Amino acid sequence: MKLHEYTISQLHDLISKREISVPELTRYMLDRIESLDSKLECYITVTEKQAMEQAEKVQKMIDEGTLNSPLAGIPMGIKDNICTRGIPTTCASKMLSNFVPPYDAHVVKKLYDNGAVLLGKLNMDEFAMGSSTESSHFKKTKNPWDTERVPGGSSGGSAAAVAAGEAIYALGSDTGGSIRQPASFCGCVGLKPTYGLVSRFGLVAYASSFDQIGPLTKTVTDCALVLNAIAGHDPMDLTSSRRQHPDYTKALVNDVKGLKIGLPREFIDDSVQKDIRDAVLNAVKVFSDLGAQCEEISIPIMEYVVPTYYIIALAEASSNLARYDGVKFGYRAANPKDMLDFCMRSRSEGFGTEVKRRILLGTYVLSSGYYDAYYKKALKARTIITREFNKAFEKYDIIIGPVSPTTAYRIGEKINDPVQMYMEDIFTVPVNIAGLPAISIPCGFDSKSLPIGLQIIGKRFDETTVIRAAYTFEQNTDFHKAWPSLNE
Amino acid sequence: MIEVKPMEYEAVIGLEVHAELSTKSKIFCSCTTEFGGQPNTHCCPICLGMPGTLPVLNRKAVEYAIKAGLATNCTISLFTKQDRKNYFYPDLPKGYQISQYDLPLCKDGYVEIETENGKKKIRINRIHIEEDAGKLVHSEYGNYSFVDYNRTGVPLIEIVSEPDISSAAEAKAYLEKLKAILQFIGVSDCKMEEGSLRADVNISVRPKGSKQLGERTEMKNLNSFRAVYRAIEAEVARQIEVIKSGGVIHRETRRWDDAKGESYPMRSKEDAQDYRYFPEPDLPPLIIKKELIERLKNELPELPDARKQRYISEYGLPEYDAGVLTSSKELSDFFDEAAKVSTNVKAVSNWVMGDMLRILREKNMEIAEIPFSPAYLAKLVALIDKGVINGPTAKKVFEEMFDTGKDPETIVKEQGLEVLNDESVLLEVVERVIQENPNSVADYKKGKKKAIGFLVGQAMKATKGKANPQLINELLIKKLEG
Ligand SMILES: [Zn+2]
Repeated sequence: MKLHEYTISQLHDLISKREISVPELTRYMLDRIESLDSKLECYITVTEKQAMEQAEKVQKMIDEGTLNSPLAGIPMGIKDNICTRGIPTTCASKMLSNFVPPYDAHVVKKLYDNGAVLLGKLNMDEFAMGSSTESSHFKKTKNPWDTERVPGGSSGGSAAAVAAGEAIYALGSDTGGSIRQPASFCGCVGLKPTYGLVSRFGLVAYASSFDQIGPLTKTVTDCALVLNAIAGHDPMDLTSSRRQHPDYTKALVNDVKGLKIGLPREFIDDSVQKDIRDAVLNAVKVFSDLGAQCEEISIPIMEYVVPTYYIIALAEASSNLARYDGVKFGYRAANPKDMLDFCMRSRSEGFGTEVKRRILLGTYVLSSGYYDAYYKKALKARTIITREFNKAFEKYDIIIGPVSPTTAYRIGEKINDPVQMYMEDIFTVPVNIAGLPAISIPCGFDSKSLPIGLQIIGKRFDETTVIRAAYTFEQNTDFHKAWPSLNE
Repeated sequence: MIEVKPMEYEAVIGLEVHAELSTKSKIFCSCTTEFGGQPNTHCCPICLGMPGTLPVLNRKAVEYAIKAGLATNCTISLFTKQDRKNYFYPDLPKGYQISQYDLPLCKDGYVEIETENGKKKIRINRIHIEEDAGKLVHSEYGNYSFVDYNRTGVPLIEIVSEPDISSAAEAKAYLEKLKAILQFIGVSDCKMEEGSLRADVNISVRPKGSKQLGERTEMKNLNSFRAVYRAIEAEVARQIEVIKSGGVIHRETRRWDDAKGESYPMRSKEDAQDYRYFPEPDLPPLIIKKELIERLKNELPELPDARKQRYISEYGLPEYDAGVLTSSKELSDFFDEAAKVSTNVKAVSNWVMGDMLRILREKNMEIAEIPFSPAYLAKLVALIDKGVINGPTAKKVFEEMFDTGKDPETIVKEQGLEVLNDESVLLEVVERVIQENPNSVADYKKGKKKAIGFLVGQAMKATKGKANPQLINELLIKKLEG
């Protein structure tokens, strides 16, 4: 087994037993990125110098016995919309191509405190707007399972890097599926925590009431380890929860006996690719065989989730992205005629097509005369959708289904059909609307040997049950053990 | 011929007042709110709206705003939220202002003002909290501008009145009352010259007695109470003129040019901004606990109206005097401190309203800069009442107190200014004056009783003004008649 194939817990063992040093491991990972990333294009920025310095520092602390975290010395990557002090944070946009934040995101601080070694910043859809990582201003990340195909998005760089062993784990952000969908496309584990569990301070806002940062890892165990490090209250984010979070590794229990699982029939209708349906139904069988009670349920409001999500998300986005006017940071148009021209051209030239489309849509739904018909109605729908899910959770411990109606598609295949792309968010966005936790774990491969993800949705702040179910499934299946060939 | 009585018009005026709250730190970050400072030295990533930063609400700002609401008889909302007001301007770092839209913190209040026709209630529609914007500084050297973000994120309250105001004088009285209240409760220093108090005025006119409102204009850039007064006078006159000459008033925002005494249209209703308000997703709704409101209510100091009533009932001051004394917190506090230790409050009030305000004006001084404590004024009054010094001396001593800050007793002792009451000494003086002024004595004896005044003056002069004039008078008469 090669070093990049190890999990966090396995590497932690090696480091603890002095079988490998942190600088050696970091060097290995940097070399791997060096040799592989020209093909996969996962990284926007590789922080080689900082990584090696950090590795030395962490090794010293481990040697002195002052650092004892399961994440100590483990090399990782961070999505490029999460602020890193002194390191460019571009959101994969021309607009922020020169932006270097003078502060770390709360999660970055927490990971550093745990001795994490940052390898670099990962590619994404511009401002996290997209589900294929094709809207990045800089590069198109390839799916490690088939480099003709997209890695999903918007955290496509994060998922591809973990799947290809260019990072041991990564952080992504999930606004409408942006962690889970690329995790399913790339065959790794991706968790979107409950809204409020992880601080958003330092996450460049797309849609503030949906955005959550979460881990992308190889295994559920690693997911629990990273979640332990990044969860918890942050006084700098008033939407972050004050409740004490449990130790998620305690949820790594191979047992689903008596667990009540709901499978919404709307999640496995004809719109879903057949081999995905089969994989989900197989998962139901796995759980049933292990003693869980699986039942088909109905969540009848599914036709409203995509419009509801897009109206609210884009309304918030149109406002969140108003600060990019060329005045204080980021891209600035040359030779402006006047103030208006300065602001308009900075934005026209700095933003890409998809971002502009979403800003326009968001501005439209908030405009006077349309507010009631769109935004206000969407808020009402949000309440109803949330209620529907809460109702289901009165009877069931978790809800399962597919992450996406398709597996990874070809680069360029859907980029010109935004509505089709938006519609494919149908299984991930209700989770963000209701603020629930959900994980994507490998549950099979389609006829083209592309990974399929199983989505496990839990009650608010009940990551524990989600992790337990995911862990049990993982312990009783082999899908997570497969590794893309990459023609290595 | 039919005589047409000229149509009479009345003005309908509403005010939107912005007051900066005097919290130590800004509303969503820990930067200082101090006025001045080099440009862009009082800011941080949060108030600059840098990517990824989030606002953290300063609870003090909320408490101050609730106090303002309580002091203006508002109902405090138990459930309220903040909203984003979206518009582009370089001095607005996030491209939106965090304000409040449909659920303001305080609503349905009023303040009472004095008008020509007695007391009048001006209703307050709402008070909400919001953040201030920065400032554009246009370059003197080229075709460009600078932005200073020091003021960005300073907490503001916007106080929106109902259109209950009918004249420039009422508007001024309303502003003065608001200012006094906010200063009394210590939530804003209300310095118009530093921009910590700003007012926009909505003005319309209608035929007297009409119930329908006319189309209104909004007047901006009013930097002093005087500007508010003048702008209203001018705009009311302009609107009446337009209507009389057959024109119509258009809904528009106008900019007041105080130097020229005129206003100009800034933007019309057609290009009025659509602010696309929506709930601020970064800040959870604010739940205001009843206990907090109770606590803040108990913390409220005596308000100007109550204090004025106290001056009238407790000290027996005339209503006018009580009104002047309570028009500013500093003045009123100074008077209060002096009155507390005085047995002659009426005299203290006269000194404060008369000589003290005059000297402050002459010396261009603020009350805060007075170098002696209010108790010294009470002491000065007591010295007069005890007959230790006389009135003219007291005026001199008071001036001296402003220059040196010394205790009036010390000044009197050091300069030997006590009134001369010693009859044997004064008798000598009187005798000398009679000897030296035979003509006046003769006049007096011929029945010109007024001549006594001249003789008293001479005696006072001989004692350098220290003699007790009453006593001199008595002694003179005794001598001349006897
Ligand atoms: Zn600040």
